[in-house]
Amino acid sequence: MPHEDPRNESGFGPDLVEVFGPKQADGGPELVQLLTPEGERVHHPEFDQDFTEEELRGFYRDMVLTRRIDTEATALQRHGELGIWAQLLGQEAAQIGAGRALRPQDFVFPTYREHGVAWCRGLDPLRLLGLFRGVDQGGWDPRENNFGLYTIVIGAQTLHATGYAMGLQRDGVVGTGDPERDAAVLAHFGDGASSQGDVNEAFIFAASYNAPVVFFCQNNQWAISEPIERQSRIPLYQRALGFGFPGVRVDGNDVLATYVVTKAALQRAREGQGPTFVEAYTYRMGAHTTTDDPTRYRLSDDVEHWRLKDPIARVEAYLRRNGLADDAFFADIAAEADRLGADLREGCKAMPDPKPLDIFDHVYSEMTAELQAQRDGYAAYLDSFEEEVAR
Amino acid sequence: MSKITLAKGLNMGLRKAMEDDPKVLLMGEDVGKLGGVFRITDGLQKDFGEDRVIDSPLAESGIVGTAVGLALRGYRPVVEIQFDGFVYPAYDQIVCQVAKIHFRSQGKLKMPIVIRIPFGGGIGAVEHHSESPEAQFAHTPGLKVVACSNPVDGYWMIQQAIAHDDPVIFLEPKRQYHADKADLDEDATPDPLFASRVVRRGSDATLLAYGPTVKTAMKAAEAAAGEGRSLEVIDLRTLSPLDMGPVHESVRRTGRAVVVHEAHVNLGLGAELSARITEECFYSLEAPVLRVGGFDTPYPPARIEEDFLPDLDRVLDAVDRTFAY
Repeated sequence: MPHEDPRNESGFGPDLVEVFGPKQADGGPELVQLLTPEGERVHHPEFDQDFTEEELRGFYRDMVLTRRIDTEATALQRHGELGIWAQLLGQEAAQIGAGRALRPQDFVFPTYREHGVAWCRGLDPLRLLGLFRGVDQGGWDPRENNFGLYTIVIGAQTLHATGYAMGLQRDGVVGTGDPERDAAVLAHFGDGASSQGDVNEAFIFAASYNAPVVFFCQNNQWAISEPIERQSRIPLYQRALGFGFPGVRVDGNDVLATYVVTKAALQRAREGQGPTFVEAYTYRMGAHTTTDDPTRYRLSDDVEHWRLKDPIARVEAYLRRNGLADDAFFADIAAEADRLGADLREGCKAMPDPKPLDIFDHVYSEMTAELQAQRDGYAAYLDSFEEEVAR
Repeated sequence: MSKITLAKGLNMGLRKAMEDDPKVLLMGEDVGKLGGVFRITDGLQKDFGEDRVIDSPLAESGIVGTAVGLALRGYRPVVEIQFDGFVYPAYDQIVCQVAKIHFRSQGKLKMPIVIRIPFGGGIGAVEHHSESPEAQFAHTPGLKVVACSNPVDGYWMIQQAIAHDDPVIFLEPKRQYHADKADLDEDATPDPLFASRVVRRGSDATLLAYGPTVKTAMKAAEAAAGEGRSLEVIDLRTLSPLDMGPVHESVRRTGRAVVVHEAHVNLGLGAELSARITEECFYSLEAPVLRVGGFDTPYPPARIEEDFLPDLDRVLDAVDRTFAY
């Protein structure tokens, strides 16, 4: 029996329209926005602040360079240099807004798509490629940048984030009033993950212990081929209320609004007021990963609709219209992006493969006798070949 | 020197570990005021506070997943899964995260988490309260799996597991919690955690057991002695990694081995032990390694659980069969 689409033309079915209002592709009336898709600065009664020219130009630069990392990595996959790549195209504002709202002492638990947040944490983008090239499974030390390893099992990291936040509470670095000391945790996930038991359990634990964690959901409308309607029949941010903490929907293509909302949520957490759910309403312009073909399940009209909401174009429009940046600035950023792209290409190809016997390292803090015996056996086997095998 | 039960030994061991290291936390369902449904954490929240003995929401994946986060922050969480059959909601976190984070991070991140699981049957319980899931964890690289069988080991092994830097699945034979008492010398030097131990010397056949079946094997050896047959009994204690040294040494002397566990025989620990004994002691074996365990059925209703569980007679029957070769 074919699945009956309960939506009418306005989006939601008649019952839900009554409760929540019509579904709107722009996120609905509850959406926090400070910069319209046309680059017009608007104001919000609760979430707002003034930005310096330097901050605005910084956001622009971050987003352009992040997009370059993404397009370059996508190209590297097409050239066979990466096995797979999870694209962030279209989600630059959500990630840079969230990433720039962090303080150094905060800790981030990413999914596998937080390339822009990684950029804000100062992680060398080359390190992100190792996992996708298959030379490691997370080639950075999370303690150096307070940026966790990419987590591939959907939603699992939200529990780790909550536990880490419980650790912050026990370390006495929450609600002391010292801005250099108080810390919070930023937990990333997507609309698909919102259906996972782990995410819901994380909400419950965080609420129960009032843990200093911000649940930052990039609702990019698609979990591979499944639309948001398959995951939720209410706007995701409204779920937070049922768990006992506030939820906010922000225009995830608006870097200013995402920054202000995330900053407020993180501050709330640092002050000991508990978790917040931030739903960054955005759109996955690319495929789920380089193995995916979105033309099989979504309309190009939708993609075109969202292209008009591009997160970078609106900042550029605002900067130009207000004379906050000149052609030379944009040319400099473009040149910087070219250099970054070239460095990534070169660095990626130069990444050494691990050695066969590396398989046995780090299974345990000390190698067990059992594993040592397996390792020795495999080493002897490799040695049995006449030709020298690198090991 | 004091006489203690297994429950008391574990409780004392947990207390000692918490006194020794302020980073040690206990988490689980009902572990606080109630002291756990088996009272293993009795009195600990009162003495160490709610921040260190944490009553958790009823969500096993949540318990283990937040323990991962606490470990990443430098804590040493000891989580209690209330019953063996309730560990499965946490299986993903245990197998995909707890077990792999050290490897994934190339050794940069440690996961010093102990997951305590009361396991095994014989308590007349309803479904899901009597299972033996050890093989599922022993099959997972990155985890260590141990089982205590007596009060003194309970006291020492839990402390050693907590002090260990790798994640440890810590199996406690729930039927033994309040059964037998033993003398504890807190000044003694314990055996290493990942070591098997010969608990009865013998020369005719070797019984391999762990957790609840150590007692069964000892009784069987006692009964066999009355019939003039000398059985050696080894308490394996560590299931992953296995400590095969004492096993191989024993089987080379006796030429016969019988593995006894409550878990289903099919692909249970006995299968691995049998394979390793065959590989290492082939020319010493007088008979194939036999296995006595739970049948390959779901755990049955309590009224017939003693038919499912290996008992003295089934162990002796298997020993007899090894002598028929």
